[in-house]
Amino acid sequence: MILARADQASRRYGDVLALDRVDLDVRAGELVGLLGPNGAGKSTLMNLLVGLRRPSSGRVELFGGDPRDPASRRQIGVTPQETGLPGTLRVGEVVDFVSAHYPDPVPRGELLDRFGLGDLARRQTGGLSGGQRRRLAVALAFVGRPRLVLLDEPTTGLDVAARHTLWDAIRAFHDDGGTVLLSSHYLEEVEALARRVVVIGQGRVLADDTVDAVRGIVGVRRVSLVADELPELPGVVRTERIDGRLHLLTTDADQLVRALVTAGTVFADLEVRPTSLEEAFLAITSGSEPATGPEPTGGKPAQPATAAAGGRPTTA
Amino acid sequence: MQLALVHARYQLLEIIRIPVAIFGSAFFPAAAMIFFVVPFAGDDPVGATFATASMVTFSVMSANIFQYGVGVAEDRDQPWNPYTRTLPAGPAPRFAGRVLAGLALTYLSLIPVVVIGATLTAARISPAAFLLAVGTVAVISVPFTLMGLAIGYSLPSKAAIVVAQVVFLPLAFGGGLLSAPGEAPGFIETIAPFLPTRGAVELIWAAVGDYPIQPLSLVMLGVWVVLLATLAGWAYRRDDGRRFS
Repeated sequence: MILARADQASRRYGDVLALDRVDLDVRAGELVGLLGPNGAGKSTLMNLLVGLRRPSSGRVELFGGDPRDPASRRQIGVTPQETGLPGTLRVGEVVDFVSAHYPDPVPRGELLDRFGLGDLARRQTGGLSGGQRRRLAVALAFVGRPRLVLLDEPTTGLDVAARHTLWDAIRAFHDDGGTVLLSSHYLEEVEALARRVVVIGQGRVLADDTVDAVRGIVGVRRVSLVADELPELPGVVRTERIDGRLHLLTTDADQLVRALVTAGTVFADLEVRPTSLEEAFLAITSGSEPATGPEPTGGKPAQPATAAAGGRPTTA
Repeated sequence: MQLALVHARYQLLEIIRIPVAIFGSAFFPAAAMIFFVVPFAGDDPVGATFATASMVTFSVMSANIFQYGVGVAEDRDQPWNPYTRTLPAGPAPRFAGRVLAGLALTYLSLIPVVVIGATLTAARISPAAFLLAVGTVAVISVPFTLMGLAIGYSLPSKAAIVVAQVVFLPLAFGGGLLSAPGEAPGFIETIAPFLPTRGAVELIWAAVGDYPIQPLSLVMLGVWVVLLATLAGWAYRRDDGRRFS
């Protein structure tokens, strides 16, 4: 059974085409990751699916109905942006307020415990830490015992412990048969949770596949070194020279390093780093674009350099 | 309907947690009572009753213009508002809740004026007239609610605060709220019937005392209601279309 569907959905804001003929089916029981850099159209797609926006052309459906009809939204759960919680209301009051919209809400205490907020029920949301607010925001998506939750960047800006609390809650919901559509610009988040990944870039669906397949596409590593001349190397997506250093973007850093050594190339100061999704997308979708510079500029926090490239990124 | 009450309850909670917000709309009319009504009309039962009724109108106007004008404009900046539209209810309960909460706060802001009128002046009112006045307050809230909504939905919050402040004083003076019935300076008597405050205060005067309503004021009040409803409706649809379509 298909719970959420976009059928050739396009969305235009003035002159900007935010979504370009997107097809997406989310079937019951799936946990789908929506992956893409900032500005790719993830939030726009989410907004169409929860009925906040209307597609400029094409169709979107929730449980076979129009998402803009309140009845279609009875079995979904959505997360407010964490900054949007009413600061003067207490945590318990915010939960009660959302609960009032559903026939059979999860009891307040049970919900707060599940998200590690049990002893904060009397606190005003304005006095919570960023991580606590985020957890409350995600908890609200589960109040109404939804069959489908749509989580837009649920763990952005969270520390590792808080992120894992949320991941556990999302996994538990999915294990009980719940369906999840989760957007993220962290590959590691999607890897940790989803089996299926839909990659969105510049408003289009670039890939819709298993996590493994997509990791091969976007799991690009940056190998940088100082060398005069390089032999023919396998799997290089892009080469650039910045301040005397060569930067190679590759889908298989292990193979590349092996080839370097085997060829007896003289090199120094080898470094292997994961790239940001933005870089990976740029490399793949528009290989001829000028370099973005050695530092990832996207929303992804700096990660420790790792020589163990090609495998899973460190999720701590 | 039940959801509208839920929304009203939580909006009231949000406002009451910052008591200075209520204090603001209650302060000016209460201060005007103490500085103008008590010393100048306090001993005359009829004059004091009419003057208290004028301050009630003043209070209704400022409470509504400010809480809708500024409140709606601020809400539009908050991501919480779009979130509530993803709940299985649609925008209607939130809107109805806002109006209910607004009415409750309007009555709340009247308490100081009425208490001062009852204790420090000779103002007198029969229980029946009091009930009639309470009902009339809801009626005269309509044009000022619409005015506040028009301001709140068409302007960003910083501009809304300024516009609300700019409109409410001329409306109060121009409508003759700060003078006894028929005793405002000449030019005010001329323009007053064309302002919504005049029709509103005449309804309240008629409720609390022996005051013959001028047809012109009442007709103009009707014109204002239609005009402001159109403006508020237009601003609401424009805002809704920008953010939710």
